[in-house]
Amino acid sequence: MTLTVTDLAITRGGVPVLEGLSFELRPGRAIILRGPNGIGKTTLLRTLAGLQPPLEGHIDGAEDQIAYASHSDGLKPTLTVTENLTFWASVFGTSSIQPALNAFALNELADRHAGNLSAGQKRRLGLARMLVTGRPIWMLDEPTVSLDRHAVQMFADAVRAHLGQGGSALIATHIDLGLDGEVLDVGSNKAKPKPIDDFDGGFL
Amino acid sequence: MIALLLRDLKLAFRAGGGFGLGLAFFLIVTVMVPFAVGPQSSLLSTIAPGVLWLGALLACLLSLDRLLALDWEDGSLDLLATAPLPLEAAVSIKALAHWLTTGLPLVLAAPFLGVLLNLPVPGFFWLVMSLLIGTPAMSVIGTFGAALTVGLKRGGLLLSLLVLPLYVPTLIFGAEVARRGATGMETQTPLLMLAGITAATIALLPFASAAVLRINLR
Repeated sequence: MTLTVTDLAITRGGVPVLEGLSFELRPGRAIILRGPNGIGKTTLLRTLAGLQPPLEGHIDGAEDQIAYASHSDGLKPTLTVTENLTFWASVFGTSSIQPALNAFALNELADRHAGNLSAGQKRRLGLARMLVTGRPIWMLDEPTVSLDRHAVQMFADAVRAHLGQGGSALIATHIDLGLDGEVLDVGSNKAKPKPIDDFDGGFL
Repeated sequence: MIALLLRDLKLAFRAGGGFGLGLAFFLIVTVMVPFAVGPQSSLLSTIAPGVLWLGALLACLLSLDRLLALDWEDGSLDLLATAPLPLEAAVSIKALAHWLTTGLPLVLAAPFLGVLLNLPVPGFFWLVMSLLIGTPAMSVIGTFGAALTVGLKRGGLLLSLLVLPLYVPTLIFGAEVARRGATGMETQTPLLMLAGITAATIALLPFASAAVLRINLR
């Protein structure tokens, strides 16, 4: 399933942040999203995930294909690791959470309450959720925050395995994950302020 | 859908989930009424249906601000919105979970608290009946209010102000059923109105809640 984005313009809080964005995300490929803080990487991922409508342009092939991981992991502190994952697995209609537990070395923590996990362990659980969604296109927003070097490697391996199975990923990150994907720097797509037309100019 | 219902029920019963808070509030309010109005049993039995209905309504209100706010704070609302489950179904399930953990216990506790207020014997059946039919509407309307105020700092107070006026029709007809039942009058008309309001809110409000939630998540 190829995700095609044509001439996309997006807004944050009603203010245009990015415009003229076009790219294609093919199966088995990863795109690393870069750009300075505040440029609109999170807004772009939220728009592609369908949480907000684009200002202009088209997104094709996104319907029911995207698994989105935001800054927060969406974990319930009073549920155990297994219960958290099982919940998302049944929401997405997949059955087994064991591969996800294995991929992020969560087996030993399986019966711990998510509230008792460290920040890095929570993040690993949040990322393990991507595996139980069974969806082909991953949208990851700063996935490696609070992960140690070993866990970053674990995550990179999980993404590589996902790409190997014909999935694809769009990852906003500032570190080098060692993935063979193209880099998309959105810094040049910053929305320009609208030129002042005669009507506006009359007030100035 | 069942997974979401089971998760919400589990969360409510776990530590800090808030199960029983509304029930305890209902109990305390009802126990305090005789302190405030005096112990004459004739006066208490006159006001018992109205007091019990108002107490149940306020107890219901107490837990509404946690209904969606917790899911919003930990980010799971965003993830639910991108899940295959339609948002309309998700808010309906959350309203159902709220009713099972707050409304239903209130209905079951009401007859025992009726004894404390000297509720006349024929009134017990109609009190339980009216609460059973009326409380689902309170959960559904409350979910709509919670969707309106999700993401707002200190949205709980605003939520109460928004939701309480919407509870008025349910309160009027619900308390009327209980009052008429207690005095042995016929109850059919207010009971049908109450049931109609509940049926209409259950049918229509989930769509409004989901629409509001989509806007709030942007």
